Amino acid sequence: MKIIGLIIVVVTGALLIYAAADFPAWSDPASPASTYLSPHFIEKTMEETSVPNIVTAVLADYRGFDTMFETTVIFSAGVVCFFLLRISRREEEEPETRYYRHVLTGVTIQLKEGYKIPPSDDFERIDAAWTPPDLIIKTGCRILIPFVQLFALYVIAHGHHSPGGGFQGGVILGASIILLAISHDLRTAVRRMSEKLMAILCAVGVFIYAGTGALCLLLKLNFLDYSALAEVLHVDPITARSHGILIVEIGVGIAVMATMIWIYNNVSSAGRYRQGL
Amino acid sequence: MIWPIDLAILTLVVVAAIGALMVKDLLGASVLFGAYSFMMCLLWSIMGAVDVAFTEASVGAGVSTVFFVAAVFRTSRRTRD
Repeated sequence: MKIIGLIIVVVTGALLIYAAADFPAWSDPASPASTYLSPHFIEKTMEETSVPNIVTAVLADYRGFDTMFETTVIFSAGVVCFFLLRISRREEEEPETRYYRHVLTGVTIQLKEGYKIPPSDDFERIDAAWTPPDLIIKTGCRILIPFVQLFALYVIAHGHHSPGGGFQGGVILGASIILLAISHDLRTAVRRMSEKLMAILCAVGVFIYAGTGALCLLLKLNFLDYSALAEVLHVDPITARSHGILIVEIGVGIAVMATMIWIYNNVSSAGRYRQGL
Repeated sequence: MIWPIDLAILTLVVVAAIGALMVKDLLGASVLFGAYSFMMCLLWSIMGAVDVAFTEASVGAGVSTVFFVAAVFRTSRRTRD
């Protein structure tokens, strides 16, 4: 079986390499794509959308319909991960003994079934397999996380002028929460960004994108033609396209961030939302 | 495009890809896959596609490596084939 697979892979690879020989040379100005399509974007993007970064303009404006469904794909990935892995609370037997840790002194208490602690912020619920996070890693990550998040917001907001945009910024924003979950534990991260919030934000991101498109439709222009937003935003149609790109990038960023955290939570705890990695 | 750097990175991409397929330890395979993504990111930036390189660095080398490590942590570390 392995040999058959190897033969198929080698034959397909050889065919692909053979076909790649017919491609126009890299950055060939006479290739079909560079003769009519690229020059239009390179010459007209600035006057049509007032966005200096052509890639962002193509991604979110000229090709916006495609990017909308890319966001939907990310959203579905998160939802599928949830449906496959999450073990609902009813099926999962609640452990008979629960453990709480007093935050200030580090004393751990064990509670048998039926007992409760008075509601206070001094105690945090921990798992039986809880290990104290390393002080250096904990403090280092605590210092690092705000800067990571600030950089992520910069990437989203500055996507018009420099490489970046919703996808990258959202991933970095999600990675900062994942860093919190790795350096502390999953419960700490879930306390900050609860599961319900992640599910809602996932859908909200896609809704912002599709809603912007629908708003353009309501304002009597084509779906995702942001120049229709000029009336709402009180700017000229060209600046409105630039602002429209920013709005959908924020939507993409929210959706991607929430999905990344959601997938990580489900995968790292095998759907139980207890001890993470 | 500086061809010696290009060639070196392309070699490392192929080595990392074959290594990620061949290695028996799945944790090692996911780390090698992260290295592969990072080399691809360098390759994209050499070709001038900075946006794609950025995505590759954040998604490919960053978050998906974390997902793979988390999945390996929750399943088994060694492959059976």
